[in-house]
Amino acid sequence: MSDITKQSLSELVENIKGKKLSSSEITKAFVERSEKSKELNAYITEDYANALNKAKTFDEKPNLDLKFPGIPMAVKDLFCTKDLRTTAGSKILNNFVPTYESTVTQNIWNEGAILMGKLNCDEFAMGSSNETSFFGNVQNPIDKNLVPGGSSGGSSSAVAAQLTPITIGTDTGGSIRQPASFTGTVGLKPTYGSCSRYGIVAFASSLDQAGPMAQNVKDCALLQEVISTYDEKDSTSIDFKRNEYSKELTKDIKGKKIGIPKEYRVDGMPKEIEVLWKKGIEYAKDCGAEIIDISLPHTNYALPTYYIVAPAEASSNLARYDGVKYGFRAEGENLIDMYEKTRSEGFGAEVQRRIMIGTYVLSSGYYDAYYLKAQKVRKLIKNDFDDAYKKVDAILTPSTPSSAFKIGEKTNDPVSMYLNDIFTVPVNLAGLPGISIPAGHDAKGYPLGLQIIGKAFDEQNILNIAYAMEEKINFKNNITDWWIK
Amino acid sequence: MSKNKSEYLINRHDNQYEVVIGLEVHAQVTSESKLFSTSATKFGAEPNTQVSLVDAAFPGMLPVINEYCVKQAIKTGIGLKAKINKRSVFDRKNYFYADLPQGYQISQFKDPIVGEGKVILDMPDGQKEVGIERLHLEQDAGKSIHDLDPKNTFVDLNRSGVALMEIVSKPDLRSPDEVNAYIKKLRSIMRYLGTCDGNMQEGSLRADVNVSVRKKGSKEFGTRCEIKNVNSIKFMQMAIEYEANRQVDLIEDGKTIDQETRLFDTKKNETRSMRSKEDAHDYRYFPDPDLLPLEVSDDFIENLKSEIPELPDEKKKRFIEKFKLSPYEANILVSDIETSNYFENVIKKSDVKLATNWIIGELFAALNEKNLEITESPISAGNLSKLINLIKDGTISGKIAKTVFEQMMEGDKDPQKIVEENGLKQESDPKALEVLIDKVINDNRDKATEYKSGKVKLFGFFVGQVMKVSGGKANPQLVNEILKKKL
Repeated sequence: MSDITKQSLSELVENIKGKKLSSSEITKAFVERSEKSKELNAYITEDYANALNKAKTFDEKPNLDLKFPGIPMAVKDLFCTKDLRTTAGSKILNNFVPTYESTVTQNIWNEGAILMGKLNCDEFAMGSSNETSFFGNVQNPIDKNLVPGGSSGGSSSAVAAQLTPITIGTDTGGSIRQPASFTGTVGLKPTYGSCSRYGIVAFASSLDQAGPMAQNVKDCALLQEVISTYDEKDSTSIDFKRNEYSKELTKDIKGKKIGIPKEYRVDGMPKEIEVLWKKGIEYAKDCGAEIIDISLPHTNYALPTYYIVAPAEASSNLARYDGVKYGFRAEGENLIDMYEKTRSEGFGAEVQRRIMIGTYVLSSGYYDAYYLKAQKVRKLIKNDFDDAYKKVDAILTPSTPSSAFKIGEKTNDPVSMYLNDIFTVPVNLAGLPGISIPAGHDAKGYPLGLQIIGKAFDEQNILNIAYAMEEKINFKNNITDWWIK
Repeated sequence: MSKNKSEYLINRHDNQYEVVIGLEVHAQVTSESKLFSTSATKFGAEPNTQVSLVDAAFPGMLPVINEYCVKQAIKTGIGLKAKINKRSVFDRKNYFYADLPQGYQISQFKDPIVGEGKVILDMPDGQKEVGIERLHLEQDAGKSIHDLDPKNTFVDLNRSGVALMEIVSKPDLRSPDEVNAYIKKLRSIMRYLGTCDGNMQEGSLRADVNVSVRKKGSKEFGTRCEIKNVNSIKFMQMAIEYEANRQVDLIEDGKTIDQETRLFDTKKNETRSMRSKEDAHDYRYFPDPDLLPLEVSDDFIENLKSEIPELPDEKKKRFIEKFKLSPYEANILVSDIETSNYFENVIKKSDVKLATNWIIGELFAALNEKNLEITESPISAGNLSKLINLIKDGTISGKIAKTVFEQMMEGDKDPQKIVEENGLKQESDPKALEVLIDKVINDNRDKATEYKSGKVKLFGFFVGQVMKVSGGKANPQLVNEILKKKL
């Protein structure tokens, strides 16, 4: 079957349950395509031989009651995987092999999925283009030398290029939704506390959240219901009633009230984005939704707030990478010298920049003006959403202010890079769920995404809206396999 | 140096200086597992055998609060008559060190679990109240071992993540003696509560000592120096004496005192500068985003209150009122829970007054000599009680009792048996005593005549002779009575 990799997760599961395909056939197909796609540089660590072995073992005694029976899957290299190197895209963890498994990936393996390898990402998930990875750029399958977004750039590239049927990323300020938008795929950032952070290399603890990245909304829902579990090992995990999102998925969104925040019409936003948004509003209306203009007055402050809170937490979270216990160590004259050399050589420029920013905003004398102020603004941003949700069920915005850009285009301009997250960071600051779905193309033919933001714990609702709109939009990703010789 | 009854003052030329001391006591919480992980906390285990992935700060590992440690901290707060904060926050204290795997210590900075409280000290000239500023929970660091290898430092993470209570006093202490009393009282309260074993040798209790001096009568505080991590009361007292005198000398020489952190060198008996205020760490405290604020309900606190045993202050009051002990005696007996338990076991079946004297006198002296704790006493409370009853009912004299006691110290023998086996029973038969007394008077006719002619001091001589002849077994009271008649 030559078209195995073109099948969605749901189709693959159906075929394996119907015994039309074996795990080995499916795994072999994705491994072969992955091997032919090295130019995309989507993988940091490949584990193909093990994957094929596991598929063989699965086929010998297949358990078809599982949700992902023998389905191969590659995951972002921010998830710790037992006995398989986990680097977080950094030199400092270049040689790190965990003895433990993250809760999210464990949930996936428990449903029968098979690990194929670890996907590239920005170093410690800090970036919007996957260009900060120690393991090199990732190509967007949409076009040569185009970034796949970030930080989950290896994940978005791999799903769009069908190197894996589905994957997981992490989203601290947009790291699932922005790359999904750049690659014409679907990405969900769940409510903070929905997916356990246990075993995920931390970037900014109060913002980090794992989520699914898929070719369509249904697959996304299926993966979300598997990865979202209450976990006592994560004190910020929340024990709420989780739906079987894929089973309860419906296109009936008649009467749903969808808010359009005027503050998201930012200065200098390309016309194409404005047009896309309007089209999105029309699609939503076509689905029977009611459109309501709303205001999120503190939106302007979200980006600066984010770039205080996230680096502050990161500066502390990354203190453990000191060359003492594991990972990369540079030799030094004494302890301090060893620290300085290890961290100077082990961390890349963007990570160092954020550690410096974070250290600065937490310093005595600056704490009140920056960190404390940012926390207050964060509360105001959350209040904006709370107020809006008194009137609407969900909010519709563009996912990003532009389509994917060229590799190298923004690497020397961090602020312009940060502006990429302008529509996604408020969602993280408020701890809400948000999903990006592909909704159209720009003049260059590059995909553009729309974001649907929901109430806390209301993943089902935004999945339903996305599911309904997906059908109306009828988006087709234009992947030419240009990288395959 | 002048020590009048109550004051500890340092004299220089015509000036008198008062010493102001505040303590930050680090008390290890008695708990099977660590503050944020399930690793064991046993003292003396092989290095790095009680370390979880959380304690060693592996990527993606997250802290989960140990409820038992929270209960222990609240209980201690109740014991310190302190305000329990229903909402407290864990913060990260950021600094780099090889034995600090996370690169930060999880502590409580702005919102501690316990607020203001107090501790009452019994000083020779009366009671003194010492204010408690706060108590907060925090993680201990690991241990760096520098002397195993000339070039390398070894790190033992067994202690990493162990729960500590930092108990901060107000600057209410004024002398090394008060510091001694304060530490002992804190230790006593925590041992009563079972929240800290107070074992200073194992590092379960250590303190940072803040010392400043000021001219007597001044209301302003002087510049303070913090002496870090002192692990015995004796060293605290020595450090304070040295440091206070050093500061006074500086002032007398017209110099200023730098606010700084100092170390106490126990070998040289001096404090040394460790780092100045300018070099002080900027710890960049901020709320730990891996942990939600710690919230406890009124019910939770009330339940813990019902688990609080009678504490030393209350016990002392009861001992004085119920058993008519002197405050001095009560203080000694309640100072640690094992002693008070021992005492209460002894008096279940014997005379309180005698028991008090025997425990505070003979028993303590004997234990001291053998360097034993009350829990290791060779004499059980039951057997001491029997001994006291033998004295009380006149079976043996106090003097003989001391001999019996000595034998009991060799092994927990029944005093009744010792008395029987050695024929130590007191002679209380008046007829038998009369025979003895007649003999003594006959043998000392000349002295008896002298006595009768007015030399009454000789009475003691006759008592002594009778006791001697009886081998110490004659009932002294009866001897007195009969002698008086006969002479």
